[in-house]
Parts: sequence; structure tokens; C-alpha cells
Amino acid sequence: MASNQEQGGSGRHAGGGNGGRNAAARRAPEWADGLKQLYDSVVEEDLPDSFKDLLDRLDGSDPALSSNDNGAPPQSPDGRGTR
Amino acid sequence: MGDADRGDKSPGNSLTASDKADFKRELTGVVPHLRAFARGLCGRPDMADDLVQETMLKAWAAQDRFEPGTSMRAWTFVILRNAYLTDMRRNRFRGEYDEGVAERILTAPAGQEEPIHLSDLHRALLTLPAERREALLLVGAGGFSYEEAAQICGCAVGTIKSRVGRARAALSEMLASGNIPQRSTDDDIAHSAILEELDMVAAGNGVSSRP
Repeated sequence: MASNQEQGGSGRHAGGGNGGRNAAARRAPEWADGLKQLYDSVVEEDLPDSFKDLLDRLDGSDPALSSNDNGAPPQSPDGRGTR
Repeated sequence: MGDADRGDKSPGNSLTASDKADFKRELTGVVPHLRAFARGLCGRPDMADDLVQETMLKAWAAQDRFEPGTSMRAWTFVILRNAYLTDMRRNRFRGEYDEGVAERILTAPAGQEEPIHLSDLHRALLTLPAERREALLLVGAGGFSYEEAAQICGCAVGTIKSRVGRARAALSEMLASGNIPQRSTDDDIAHSAILEELDMVAAGNGVSSRP
């Protein structure tokens, strides 16, 4: 049992020589940056026209009319009512 | 008496034109983030964009449930992940890999022999179980706190921490060992190759020590 702890002298030397997991863990910061790069590269892309079109179309659609399953009263927000 | 409220704007269920304009401005502002999150989740850019458009329509339809002043990004991410998980259950996404990032290479830090390719990272990411992948994306790429990520995923903070930890460990392992499945279509092959290799290692026949 205690025989596993030979080189105990310098104390907090977590997982010295045995590669595997510890080596992998120490690599994390490097790819962690890559994860942000992947994300940011998409954020910085120009928005395709299809998104602009969709945003334009949203104005024409009344959310109160398009979602009648959410318990919102059918009355239109500007009080004009329905015909 | 009783009609005093008539002219008031009633927050909650009826929206004025300016409410809608505010909402639209905020929604527009988070679209690039929705695209990035979706791309990370489902890999294929075209499918990711479909998912974002679906999310935008749902968000627009549910805008009376958005509380002004809270995070539009977090709110729409909830909608997006729910749409994604629903589609996943219908098997629409199979974690396919975006060829477009294959060209980009991460700069190798000093003392590092092998640069890590972003394409490897992305492929490795797509092999993770969906809930670990989204946890890592939210915290590690989207910059959300553990608490915010927990709210988005509807789970405990501890659960998010553990998912992120497992996701990081799995990615590190894959990137360090180079054992990253090639493509979604080859996943089964790559997976069984890895298992075979593990079996041999477990049996005392490490790959390098084979005769």
C-alpha cells in the first residue's frame, strides 16, 4: 500500500512521469483556445442573405397571431382588434 | 371605475410596436452566436443554419415570454438546444463534420511538435455525447458561466461542471492520442478500431510491442 509512495519527498508533484491522462490534461489550454476560435470564426462570418430575409419577414408576421398556443389573449396589441 | 387600466401598456402579454422593434434588434444581435452554437452542436453548416432559422421563428413567436433586460443570447440558446435535441431524436443530425474548417490550423505553442488542427478538434467535439458537447460549447466557447449554462440546459450546476470536465478529458485524450474518428460515416469503423486496440492493450499487447 504505502509502497506506492516511494518518491514522496517533493510532495505535490502530481503524476510525474506517467504520460497518458496527465499529459492529455496538460494539453487542454491549447485546444481550449481552438474551441473559442471555432466559435468566433462563425460569429465573425457575414450573415447569409437568407437570415436577412428572414429578419425582414418577421416584421410582417404578428407573433400574437402566429402563436396561439401560448395562452396569450387574441387581442391585438395596438387595440385595433380583429375584423 | 375599473376601466382605469385601459390605456396602459400591459407588460407580459401584449407587445407594442417598440417592444417588437427592441426584441428584433436584440434577436438580430444574437444570430451570429446562434449560428456558432448550432455549428458546434451539429457540425454541418447548412443544417446548423436551418436550426438557427427555426430558432429565430420560434423565438419571434414566443417573444411575449422574453423578459426585457435578461440575456437574449441565453434565452434563444435554450430554444435552439431544445430544437436541436428534438431533431436529434428524429435522427436528423448525425454529428457530421464541416469540411470547411479542415484548412485552418491552430498555431502550435512553443515546444509543441505537432500542431493541433481545428478540424481534428471539431471532429473530436462531434464524437462527444450531445449533452457533454453542448456543456463544453456553452462554457468553453460561448463564455457562459457554469451557472448560466446550467440554466440554459435546465440542470444543476454540478451536472454542468461534471459534463464539462468529462468532455475536456475526452477531447484531451483524443487529441493527445490522435484517436479521432475520421468521419461520421466511418464512425463505426473508427470506433471498433479503437475498441480493438484497447482490447489488445488490455490484454498486454500494446500496439508498439507487437511482434
